[in-house]
Formats: sequence, structure tokens, C-alpha cells
Amino acid sequence: MSVQVRRSPLRSFGKLCAILFYLCFALFPIYWLVKISVTPDQLVYTEGTKLWPSTATLGNFGKVIFQTDFLIFFRNSLFVSLSTAAVTTLIAAAGGYAFSRFEFSGKRILVALLLLTQMFPLLMIIAPIYRIVAALGLLNSLPSLILVYTAFNIPFATFLMQSFFDGIPKDLEDAAMMDGCSRFQALRKVILPLTLPGLGATLGFIFTAAWSEILFALMLIRSNDAMTFPVGLLTFVSKFSVDWGQMMAAGVLALVPSCIFFIFIQKYLVQGLTSGAVKG
Amino acid sequence: MARLELRDIGKSYGTMEVLRDINLSVADGEFIVLVGPSGCGKSTLLRMIAGLEPITHGELLIDGRRMNDAAPRDRDIAMVFQSYALYPHMDVARNMGFSMEIRGARAEERRSKVAAAAKTLGLDVLTERLPKALSGGQRQRVAMGRAIVRDPQAFLFDEPLSNLDAALRVEMRLEIARLHHRLGATMVYVTHDQVEALTLADRIVVMNGGIVQQVGTPLELYDTPANRFVAQFIGSPTMNVLPASREGGDVRLSNGALISLEGLEGPVAELGIRPEHLDLADPDNATFTGSADVVEHLGSDTNIYAQIDGIGPLMVRQHGHVALRAGDRLGIVVQPERVHAFDATGARINS
Repeated sequence: MSVQVRRSPLRSFGKLCAILFYLCFALFPIYWLVKISVTPDQLVYTEGTKLWPSTATLGNFGKVIFQTDFLIFFRNSLFVSLSTAAVTTLIAAAGGYAFSRFEFSGKRILVALLLLTQMFPLLMIIAPIYRIVAALGLLNSLPSLILVYTAFNIPFATFLMQSFFDGIPKDLEDAAMMDGCSRFQALRKVILPLTLPGLGATLGFIFTAAWSEILFALMLIRSNDAMTFPVGLLTFVSKFSVDWGQMMAAGVLALVPSCIFFIFIQKYLVQGLTSGAVKG
Repeated sequence: MARLELRDIGKSYGTMEVLRDINLSVADGEFIVLVGPSGCGKSTLLRMIAGLEPITHGELLIDGRRMNDAAPRDRDIAMVFQSYALYPHMDVARNMGFSMEIRGARAEERRSKVAAAAKTLGLDVLTERLPKALSGGQRQRVAMGRAIVRDPQAFLFDEPLSNLDAALRVEMRLEIARLHHRLGATMVYVTHDQVEALTLADRIVVMNGGIVQQVGTPLELYDTPANRFVAQFIGSPTMNVLPASREGGDVRLSNGALISLEGLEGPVAELGIRPEHLDLADPDNATFTGSADVVEHLGSDTNIYAQIDGIGPLMVRQHGHVALRAGDRLGIVVQPERVHAFDATGARINS
């Protein structure tokens, strides 16, 4: 039950202002990204601080798409991020389910180890990772990124999935098993539909993390063919100048998949799906 | 319908033993209530019968067949959970028909069975709702409906009414009793509420600390409790227990009063007297004298919490209205044929 409390108009106005201020603050960099991406090259420096350029153009987008390796970066990033998200979520879901539902020896040690992996700064392990990947002969290949991203995201994703499974009452599985399901059927028919928000959230989280990762991509990838987006953006920086317009245009385009992905999964992120399962 | 037989059933988690030496045979169509304080192992025992909890010791037989290692789905038993455990993403009809869906029953057969069960439970207008749009009592009914549609050999209930408010609990209790009469199915029901146990059961199993204390009909437990625990657990208000010692064929209480009991065997440590088996009397020739501490007027009954000289607190229940007020002097006599004697271990020692 929600109780309507009537607030003074001054207070709600103040609140509105605060929210507006925060929104402007948070969205301004993105606005600036868009603004520069439509600014013609010759105006970037002359009208640098104007909120909107005197003439806008979509030329930067055209150049980025047709005259650079942008589409390759885009395709690579999409492949790496989707694969990482899918593989990680699958493994994390299985691990999270096991952590949530079963007692087994070594569980505490396993949890401790998973936590341990999250405690080191990534910089510390770049060199060993490079050596390992090189020894595997995977340098300059997209699978190396998928492998590394998956490995680094699994601990967090597992804990995330475990918390979603923990939120689903164990009684539901028991009830399904009493109703004639095997454990696997109970998982598929009862637990899985209720875990969709969790799967969506995990997918989204991992996708974005992989999409914007630069450190490993920079270290492990050299050739243009296998470059992902964040690294590809650096190709707009040449020895003597930076092509701001095209770089920003590429940045705007890079936002698109993330946005689409979140629009797609946001209905699964809506909580409250399990309400009504138990108690009164 | 099914006979259940539990032979020397035990349960341990590692070195911790939670259930020991459970022997019980449940006749076809019998209503058995497992009752005891929380943590006594009654729910664990029920889950072992259901197959949700492995049996570490002993044998479980359903209709003479050993079922220790059978999966829940192969035992043909339905269970109603304390939390109801309705599937939140399915509407009422699908919740109720889920077991048939799993077994691959035809849609029209499923629909007619669900409709019939929904009708008897008064759920027919709610079949398209999701569980979250139902009240607590309605969810309870759906949980029962789900069990009924199963048409199982036996029903298990795990504290099904403990999440309902008092009025609804009485109503649903009646409904469960009616259901048992109508279906004539074997039912095992777990509760910590002795009123539910006494009103529903053909036989009650009183448990404490993982051990069965006594098995009997409600009246057997009330009239001849096997030990002090059962005596105090069954019956409301709780039985008074007074320290006592044996003197020849009689029993001496700490205030000096002597009570003669029949069929005593061995030394007496305590006497148990139910509040309703004490009567008010003239203080001059009463067994106990003292003053009223608190008097509760319930209309049909009067509860008197008395402070007895040389003994301490004692509770008396009198039928009807008694004009007594806190602080009044009073005398109390005992109905000797209804007194229970216990030895130092708490076991009953009079016939």
C-alpha cells in the first residue's frame, strides 16, 4: 500500500531542480559528444565553446562509416561483447544456481577464491595474461578477448546470479518436484522463467563491460582486423592531429548497441516478478 | 489411497542427529497430525515422507513398497506448503493444473479437473488471476486445489494455516476437515498449534527433540499423557505441574497437603493437574489456600491465576462466571481421579 503524502509545492520544485541539475550534469558529456560529432571540421576549434555549431553536418558519420575501418571495429566489438555476455551468463547462471541451492564440500573455499580474483588491480596481471595468451598463440585474435573477459567477469556475474537465485524461494522447486517434475524440469519450467530479470541484468552488465573494455584489448590486439571499438577510436589520433569530429561520430555510433541492448532487456529488469509466490 | 509405514526412521546432518527411532504406521484414509514445538523435527519428517529430504536411517514404505530412494514424483504424494509456493508466473488455473501438464494430460481433461477443484474451493471466478493478485486465504485455497487436482495417494500439509489470521484459520481448518471427509485420503499434517492437532486428527504424534513422545487419539493424549512434555503440550491452558513426593500410597505436596492416587508405581517427583480439573472451595477445608493474582473473565469460563501458600502460582479454570476479584482469598480442591503423577524423568507413573 502506498500512502500519498502531500508535500509543499516549494519542496517538490526544489526536488525537481535537483534532479534536473543532476541530469544535466550526467548527460552533458554525451551531449558534447553528439555536438562535436555534427560539427564540421573547420568549426571545431573556432566555435569550440558554443553549445551548438552554426552549421551542423552528418558528414563525419558518413566518413566514419565509409572511409575508415569503423565497420570492422564495430563488428569485432559486437562479436566479442555478445559472445562474452552469452558465455559468461551461461556459466555464471550454472555456478550461481549451484551456490544458491546445493551444499558441497569446498564451497566456502571456492567462494573465497572467486572473491580473491576481484581483489587485484588489473594492471598487475596484464603481463602474465599477455604471456599466457601469447603462449596459447591467441594474440591478435578475438577469441583471446572473449576468453579473458569471460574469465574476469565470471566471479562477479556468478555472485549476481546467485543473489537472483537466492531470491527465488526454494519451496517453489520443492512444489514443482512434488507436482511431478524432475529437478531439471523444475529448473526449466519454474525457476528459469523467474530468473529472466536476473539473466537480463547479468547479460546487460557483462555486455557493457566487454563493450567498453580497453586495457586488454589494447594489449592483446595489434592488427586492425581484430581491433575492437575502444582501441579503434584511438586510430583517429594521428601523429600530428586528432580528428575530433570523426572520433566523436564513432563514439555516438558506439553508444547505439548499448542503448538497443538495454531497451531490449529493460522489461526483464523490472522487478517484482516473484511477488505473490509465497506468504500473504 | 495409501498406507504409510515408517520403520526406525532417523535423520542426521553430519554428526548432528535431528530425528531418531521414528516408528509409525498410518492406516489408509487416516488423518495424522505431527505436532511439537518448533525445531522438533516434524517438518523434516514430513519432507522425508515427501522425498524432498533424504532418509539417513530406517525405512519408509508406501503401500508396502520401500520408497526410501524414490524421487518425489514417483511417490504420488501431494504437499501443501506453509508458504503456499504458488508459481508466480502462472495463473491460478495453470498453477492448479501444473501436475497434469507435467504428466502430459490432455488439455480438456486438465481444464475440467481444474474447474471442478476450483468450484469446490470457491475459486472459479479467480482462475485467470496471478498469485500476486490473490489474498492470503485465496492463495491457501489455490495451494490446496493444486494438491486436489493431483488426485494423489496421500496429502502432506506443512503448517498450511500458520500464515493466516485467526478467523481465516478456523475457516480453513474446517475446510480441511471437510476435504478429508470428502476424499477419504490419507493425510499427514504438521503443525505447532495443538488446537489444530486436536480438532483435525484421527491420531496425533507428539514430537520433541527429534523423538516421538506419544502417539494417540486426541482424547488419549489429553486423558493419559505418556509424560510431562505431552501433558503440558496438549491442553489449553497449560497443565499445572507441582513438585511432590510419595508417602505410602499417597502423594505429599510442598504445602503439606496429601492426595491419594490409585495405581502409583515407583517414586513420585511431580503432580500434573489441568486447570479445568481444579475446583474452588471453602478455604477452611480446601487442598490449597491462597489468593487470586489475576482473574480473567471470558464469559464462558473464568481463568484464575492464584498464588498458593507454600506452593506458588497455580492456574484454575472454572466454567461460567465466577465472582472473584484479584486479591480475594480462595480455596481450591483437586479432582483426584484426574491427577497425573510423573517420576523424576517426567514419565507418567499412575494408571
